[in-house]
Amino acid sequence: MKHLGAIGKHTFLIIASFISLFPFAWMITGMTNSSSDIVKGKFSFGSEFMNNVNKLFDTADVATAFTNSFVIAIVSTLLTLILCSMAGYGFEVYRTKGTDRLFGLLMLSMMMPFAAIMIPLFKLFSTWGLLNSATAVILPGMTTAFMIFFFLQNTKSFPRELLQAGRVDGLNELKLFTHIYVPTMKPTYAAAAIITFMANWNNFLWPLIALQSPEKKTLPLVVSSLASSYNPDYGIIMVAIIITTIPTIIIFFLLQKQFVQGMLGSVK
Amino acid sequence: MRGKFNKSSLIGWQFVLLPSALILLFSFYPMIQSFILSFESGKGNVSHFVGLGNYTRLFSDPMFLQALFNTLLYLVIQVPIMLILGLVIAHLLNSPKLKLKGFYRTAIFLPCVTALVSYSILFKSMFAVDGIFNQMLLNLHIINEPVAWLLDPVWARVVIILAITWRWTGYNMIFYLSAMQNVDPSVYEAASIDGASKFRQFVSITIPMLKPIILFTAIISTNGTLQLFDEVVNITNGGPGNSTMTISQYIYNLSFVYTPNFGYAATVSYAIVVIVAVLAVLQLKVGGEKK
Repeated sequence: MKHLGAIGKHTFLIIASFISLFPFAWMITGMTNSSSDIVKGKFSFGSEFMNNVNKLFDTADVATAFTNSFVIAIVSTLLTLILCSMAGYGFEVYRTKGTDRLFGLLMLSMMMPFAAIMIPLFKLFSTWGLLNSATAVILPGMTTAFMIFFFLQNTKSFPRELLQAGRVDGLNELKLFTHIYVPTMKPTYAAAAIITFMANWNNFLWPLIALQSPEKKTLPLVVSSLASSYNPDYGIIMVAIIITTIPTIIIFFLLQKQFVQGMLGSVK
Repeated sequence: MRGKFNKSSLIGWQFVLLPSALILLFSFYPMIQSFILSFESGKGNVSHFVGLGNYTRLFSDPMFLQALFNTLLYLVIQVPIMLILGLVIAHLLNSPKLKLKGFYRTAIFLPCVTALVSYSILFKSMFAVDGIFNQMLLNLHIINEPVAWLLDPVWARVVIILAITWRWTGYNMIFYLSAMQNVDPSVYEAASIDGASKFRQFVSITIPMLKPIILFTAIISTNGTLQLFDEVVNITNGGPGNSTMTISQYIYNLSFVYTPNFGYAATVSYAIVVIVAVLAVLQLKVGGEKK
């Protein structure tokens, strides 16, 4: 009876893992096959890989899209870390009734659906003449209530005695933050960086609206437009999907521990 | 010590002022603008005040009602399936003697690192008429001829639900798993001694202990499903015949695909705001009374 339970458990988990991993295997074999083979459901390695790569680079400016995505994701992540950690630290360490109220108000923005704010955002950036620029993609996403909340939650476990010790040593309040808080909270920053990078790297709707000209497009936009053409070439799409996925997979495997901890930190 | 920190409130404001101002500018200001817009109508930049006109139009707009129906359908079917599946998997992975735990956890979590656009297109190709999914079913003699999954209104919705479940189950599972690891094992030992079955322990101990986390994941999943856009656009583009279109896609179409009508699009977007608010209050009422 006990063995039966264990077999049942493993069977269930093996099926679940198989379903989870299958699309990855599908995309990896897919990039080596021609579009017609992929659409016919061929699930084995072919010899079309280089051909697909060459065709992809002829069809779309993937290098530019990669650079655009990379610049947007990196700059957004840096700004998010600076601004949201300052806010999370400020709201927790120097909390007053006033800042608590402001924090509560900011949290409301987590409930606002993006669709409800995208038109005014579009108009705002159009008035500023910033549409079709990386700046338009970076600005609205660099401070999120979620990330402020994330840093605030993690600051709760930050040892305050360190701040006292720093004050005794004559550091001013800004230096306490930059010289004591930031180095102590490295793991929190790492987790926040991964989450933010991934969110920005994979972002679709706002870049779709804000970026119009081909040379400004990010990878998800390129992948989407390749796939929405009348007669999509799945061979080159698979290569494009792989290129889009590799950075996040690498980050995940390198920093798996921080990534998982980071997600948990937000609900502690 | 706390009191001493409170004296320096001016410093606190300096830390929070700029980030807060940015959220007010890029979230709250557009929210208010949207609300004002929702009383205007017109094409492109020429618009005029129509009072509640857009709001009355909403309830007789078949496309809106269809998008609303689809969105709520995804919500009602997909969110419970995903949360229960996540809970069951987390529960299995939490058993101390399980082998290959690390492999299962990584495998089931891996979908969460894919871009929404990318995995949508993978699913689109897998569910093509001659695609791998039909091939497998044909080989297993479950079906006799290929099914046009994405061209059938019902199956197209099923594919979208499958796709979202694939992408997000592992995400919820991680939250549950960590919460389960914080439950004291002696609670289960005591229950075992009292003769409670494993299933009984899961229902009577694990789930009540996890209530706050379940509430959290229910709220974020509900929020995410109500904003569903990337998947539908990239798997079916709302088709066949608008049968998979979501409210977010309808708002996008009203603003950027059809002749732009920002005013009416803003009105439709407030429909989501209202639903999000109502559901959040409901979920907090149902799930949070004892917190």
